[in-house]
Amino acid sequence: MSSDAIAIRTAGATSRQWLETLHGWVTTVDHKRLGILYIVYALIFLVIGGIEAFIIRIQLMRPHLDFVSPQVFNRMFTMHGTTMIFFVVMPVLFGFANYLVPLMVGARDMAFPRLNAFSFWLTAFSGILLYFSFLGGSGLYGAGNAPDVGWWAYAPLTARAFSPGHSSDYWTISVLVSGFGSIGTAINLIATILSMRCPGMKLSRMPLFAWMTLVMSGLVLIAITPLSAAQIMLLIDRYLGGHFFDTQAGGSAAIWMHFFWIFGHPEVYILVIPCFAFVSEIVPVFSRKPIFGYPVMVAATVCIGFVSMSVWAHHMFTIGMNSASNSFFVLTTMAIAVPTGIKIFNWLGTMWGGKIQFKTPMLFCIGFLFQFLIAGLTGIMLGAAPFNWQLSGSYFVVAHFHYVIVGGILFGLFAAFYYWYPKITGRMMSESLGKLHFWLFIIGFHLTFDVMHIPGFLGMPRRIYTYEPGRGWEIWNLLSTIGAFIQGIATLVFVANLILSYFKGAKAGNDPWDAWTLEWSVSSPPPAYNFSTTPAVASRRPLWDRKHPEDQDSRYE
Amino acid sequence: MSATANPIVQTPAAWILPYRGKVAMGCLIVAESAIFTIFVVAYIFYIGKSLSGPVPREVLEVPIFFTICLLSSSLTVHFASKSLEHGKRGAFLGLWLLTIILGSLFLFGTGQEWHRLIYEHGLTISTNLFGTTYYSLVGLHAFHVTAGLLMLLIVLFFAIAGRVGPEQTARVEVLSMYWHFVDAVWVVVFTVVYILGR
Repeated sequence: MSSDAIAIRTAGATSRQWLETLHGWVTTVDHKRLGILYIVYALIFLVIGGIEAFIIRIQLMRPHLDFVSPQVFNRMFTMHGTTMIFFVVMPVLFGFANYLVPLMVGARDMAFPRLNAFSFWLTAFSGILLYFSFLGGSGLYGAGNAPDVGWWAYAPLTARAFSPGHSSDYWTISVLVSGFGSIGTAINLIATILSMRCPGMKLSRMPLFAWMTLVMSGLVLIAITPLSAAQIMLLIDRYLGGHFFDTQAGGSAAIWMHFFWIFGHPEVYILVIPCFAFVSEIVPVFSRKPIFGYPVMVAATVCIGFVSMSVWAHHMFTIGMNSASNSFFVLTTMAIAVPTGIKIFNWLGTMWGGKIQFKTPMLFCIGFLFQFLIAGLTGIMLGAAPFNWQLSGSYFVVAHFHYVIVGGILFGLFAAFYYWYPKITGRMMSESLGKLHFWLFIIGFHLTFDVMHIPGFLGMPRRIYTYEPGRGWEIWNLLSTIGAFIQGIATLVFVANLILSYFKGAKAGNDPWDAWTLEWSVSSPPPAYNFSTTPAVASRRPLWDRKHPEDQDSRYE
Repeated sequence: MSATANPIVQTPAAWILPYRGKVAMGCLIVAESAIFTIFVVAYIFYIGKSLSGPVPREVLEVPIFFTICLLSSSLTVHFASKSLEHGKRGAFLGLWLLTIILGSLFLFGTGQEWHRLIYEHGLTISTNLFGTTYYSLVGLHAFHVTAGLLMLLIVLFFAIAGRVGPEQTARVEVLSMYWHFVDAVWVVVFTVVYILGR
C-alpha cells in the first residue's frame, strides 16, 4: 500500500516536472533557448519539405507516372518552395543568429528578449497556419485545399476566380505573419549588435558573423516588407474586391511580379549572407589563420546588400521589358558577382598557407565554396538576358537555384551544425558519422543537381507533373531521383548523428576547436546569464589574446 | 586552461553605445518606409488607369486644415519631450494632450472625407483602381496614426498617474520618433494623392 502511494507520488512528480520543463520552454525569453526552438522548428519543417520534394521526384522519375495527381503535384511544389524558404532556412538562420550574436558580442541576452519570443511564436504559428490549409482550406466544393499557386503566386492565378476556396488565403496570411516575425527578429538583432556590444568591441573588432548578421537584418527590413505590402494588397483584392492585380479592371499582373521579386531576389542574399558568416567563422579556425582581408569582407558584404536591391527584374526578362530595363538588370546582376568573387578569394586566401584541419565542419565549408562558385556561374549565365530568354522557366533554372540553396546554403548550415553543436549541447558530434554524412550528401547532391541542368537544356519546363517519353529526359530525371534518395539517406545519417551525439557524444569542454571568438570562452552549454562578468576585448580575436598573452593581436591593430 | 585566465585588457574609459530603443525604432521606421514605398509606387503606377469613374479630380478636396493639424502635432510632441527632459511636468502634459487632440482631429478629417466619398460619390475600395489604391494608401496611413494615438494615450494615462518623469525622456523620445515618421509619411501621401494624382 505504501509503495503504491510512493509510486503515485513519484508519477505525479515526474509529470509535474515534465510540465514545468514544457512551461519553461514555452514561456522562455532566453535567446539561447529561443535559438534552439527556432532550429528544432526548422528541422521539423525540413523533414516535411523534404517529403514533399520526394513526392515531386518520385512523380518525375519516369514518364507518364501516376504517383500523384496533377492537382496534388501543384500543391507539392508550392508547399515545398514556401516551406523550405520561409519555414526552414529563415528560421534556422534566425536560430543560429539568436543563439550566437549575443554570445559573440559579449552580451547577456538580445536587446529585447520578449520581442524575441514574440517573433519566434509568430513564425511558429504562421508555419502551422500554412499546414492547417490541408485540413481547413477546402472552402468550396471542388476547390483545392493546400495552396497550389507556386511559391511566387503570380497574378492573376491568385484571383478569386482562379483560386477559389481559402487555399491562397492560408498562403498569403501565413507568409505575411512569418514576415512580421522576421522583421521583429531583424530589429532585435540590429539593436543587439549596435547597442549591446561589450566594452572594447568596436564595430571594426566584431566577429564577421555579427557583421554579416547586421547586413542580413538590414536586408530583412527593406526586402521582406515589400512582400508584406504585396500580401496586404492581395488580401484587399481577395477579400474587399480591390483591383491591384485585377487585369479586368485595369490592374496589372506584372506589378505583382515586380513586388514579389523586389522581395524575392534580396531574399536569396538574406539566406546566403548568414552562410557566408558561418564560413567566415569556420574557415579561419580550421585553417589556423585569422580571416584574410577582414575590412574587405565587411565592405563586400555591405556592397552585396546594396546591389542585391537592384537586380530583381532579372527574374522577369521573359515578360517583355524594354531594352533599357533589360540592360540595367543584366549589368547589376553581373556587378553583384564582383563582391561575391572577392569573398571567395578571401576565403581561399585564408586557407592559403594555413595548417588546414579537415574536420567535418571544414569539409562542408569547402563543399560550400566549390558549389557556391558553380551556382554563381550558372547565375551569371541566367543573368544574361538572351540566354535567359532561352532557358527561363526550364529545369536549368531549377538546377541553378537548388545549387545555390542546397549546394551553398544547406552546406553552410551543415557546417554550422557540426561547428556549434558542441557549444549548444556540450557534446561533440561523431566525426565518422559526420564524414559519412558529408560524402553521401555530396554524391547525392551532385547526382541530383548537376544532372538536372541537362533536361533544362533539352527543353524540360519546370512545374510539369509528367512528360512524354522519347524526348531524352528520362535518364536524367531517373538519375536526379536516385540522387535525391542518396541525399535523403545522408540526411538520416545527420539526424542520427544529432540524436546519438546528444546522448553518447564526447564531452566538448569550453573550446573544442581552439577558436577565437567570445562564445568559446563560456561553458558548453553556456549558463543562462552567458557571462558572469562582462567581458572586455582589445582585438578581433579576444580568445587568442587570452591564450597567447605574449603575442596578442591587439598589438598589431 | 589558459582560456579561462583573466584577459589583460584595459577597459576603455568611456563605452557608450546608442540607446537600443532608438535603434529599434529607427529600424522599424526603415521597414515601415519600405511598406509605404510599395503602396505609393502602386498608387503612382495606377494614376489615371481606372476604367470607370469617379476620378480623383472630380471627388478629392485638398485637406489643408487637417494637414496643418497633423504637421503641427510634430512640433507639439517635440516640445513635449523637451519639457519632460527639463522636468516641466505641466507643460509636458499640456503639449502631450494637444498632440493627441491634433492627431485625433486629423483622423476625424480622414473619416469625414471617407464618409463624403462613400455616401456622396459612391466611391468604395472596389469601385475602381483609384478607389482601391486611394483607400489602401490613405487607410494604411490612418492605421499608423491610430496606432500612434493609442500609444500616446497610454503615455498620457501614465503621465496623469504621475509615472512619467525626466528619467523616461529617452523612451518618450522613441515614441516621438514614430510620430514624426507618421507625419513625414503624410507629406509624401499628401503630395502623391492630392497634388500629383489630381
